[in-house]
Amino acid sequence: MAEQDLRSTALEAVHESLGATFTDFAGWRMPVRYDSDLAEHKAVRQSAGLFDLSHMGEIHLRGPEAAAALDHALAGKMSAMSQGRAKYSLLLTDEGGVIDDVITYRLAEDHFLVVANASNAEVDAAELLARAEGFDVEVDDASSRTSLIAVQGPQSEQILLDALLGADSGVEGLTAEDLTEMKNYRFAECTYRGESMLIARTGYTGEDGFELYLPNEHAPALWEQLTVVGGDRLTPCGLACRDTLRLEAGMPLYGNELGRDLYPAQSGMARVVALKSKQDFVGRAGVEAADLTDRPVLVGLVAEGRRAARADAQVRDADGLEVGAVSSGALSPTLGHPIAMAFVRTSVAAAGTELVVDVRGKDLPVRVVEMPFYRRD
Amino acid sequence: MSAELLYSKDHEWVRVESDGVAVIGVTDYAAEQLGDVVYVDLPEVDGEINAGTEMGEIESTKSVSDLFSPINGTVTEINDAVVDTPELVNSSPFDEGWLIKVSFDALPEDLLSAEDYKAFTES
Repeated sequence: MAEQDLRSTALEAVHESLGATFTDFAGWRMPVRYDSDLAEHKAVRQSAGLFDLSHMGEIHLRGPEAAAALDHALAGKMSAMSQGRAKYSLLLTDEGGVIDDVITYRLAEDHFLVVANASNAEVDAAELLARAEGFDVEVDDASSRTSLIAVQGPQSEQILLDALLGADSGVEGLTAEDLTEMKNYRFAECTYRGESMLIARTGYTGEDGFELYLPNEHAPALWEQLTVVGGDRLTPCGLACRDTLRLEAGMPLYGNELGRDLYPAQSGMARVVALKSKQDFVGRAGVEAADLTDRPVLVGLVAEGRRAARADAQVRDADGLEVGAVSSGALSPTLGHPIAMAFVRTSVAAAGTELVVDVRGKDLPVRVVEMPFYRRD
Repeated sequence: MSAELLYSKDHEWVRVESDGVAVIGVTDYAAEQLGDVVYVDLPEVDGEINAGTEMGEIESTKSVSDLFSPINGTVTEINDAVVDTPELVNSSPFDEGWLIKVSFDALPEDLLSAEDYKAFTES
């Protein structure tokens, strides 16, 4: 895609002033790193990182039957979630494959926000609209007018307390307790410069952290405010370290570990599909009818040395027989050795199994391990 | 970027050190594009390398790239420091982050001057 056809976020000028290196991500011109992606990765693990994730999709559902519509549209039981909470879920095909993984926030009895991956935002919005037919609900794709700024890392809470609670912070309707008492996958609503802002304790890094949703026009001011108050504690972070952070945390990436040709159970997501607690929903019949006998399953792999297995590398057993393929892999910046996720035959999926990955013509001995690779203290 | 160097379109630099020996590395432009280098796979000492063909690999956290030899020759020395500390490619691509030394008979004619390489990366 030509550079001029790429979409840009409201923070593009900020990224340019910070000297970011940009990449095309799902049709968006996004910062891949500002300086060193290893330093950015380390900052999130040890202090805090600041991310622009405005390329992600935000789709609102409002109306008396919003909960029922989402119960029909998604794999989880959204009607069972109380206001102020968020839940990870999947958007399935009729056949039981995965169109996207999404986070749904319940803002009110009759108001939900579904946050979609950038690469799937338009497809998700169209699917939700189609699946809402017959329900008394309005589907509003707010992606193009909503910015998402994430603050991730052990210092995140203190930085938000420092940046958002002062008399001149521009924030109203937020108390210190709203932040300090906020549990994982909960959120608070407040206003920033007079407009609605949602602050959620969610993330994709394996660290404590927050995600802040607000209108585009105020995103540069909020970024600046966080940067100034955060000082040395807060490092702007690009998408390169976001990927190594999520990989260490054992979190799936859509397109690598989740996809239309994969059943949720193959990716370790069977628990997300509410077969017991709710009735019919899109994908239920497909999931129930799925024959998983010969389907590969997702495992974690670790190796020694520094040479990492990458996506699509072939996985073999001790006899040299092909048993699967790597879906994501990198040299773990935190652990210092190669880590990977791979889909392998169930017969070799047990933790402790010794396998081999063909890393561009050279055999790399690997061992199956439980994920996550990294867990915060 | 240094004016005395020659450059390949695969983003390697070549510095003729003494009669018939050249030092090879990757450019600051390539290092910037790669991101933090975490692994470097270099050819063996005494190995033959051929201009335009693969001679090793360079990995960043995000990706793997082939290293292409900019010249024909025989490897006389590899930089053990860069194997142990791959981030030298980022911190000092033209100096401490050099990759290999090669004895050669003649340099290919299609290597670029600093000025031409700069124009190439900006095109």
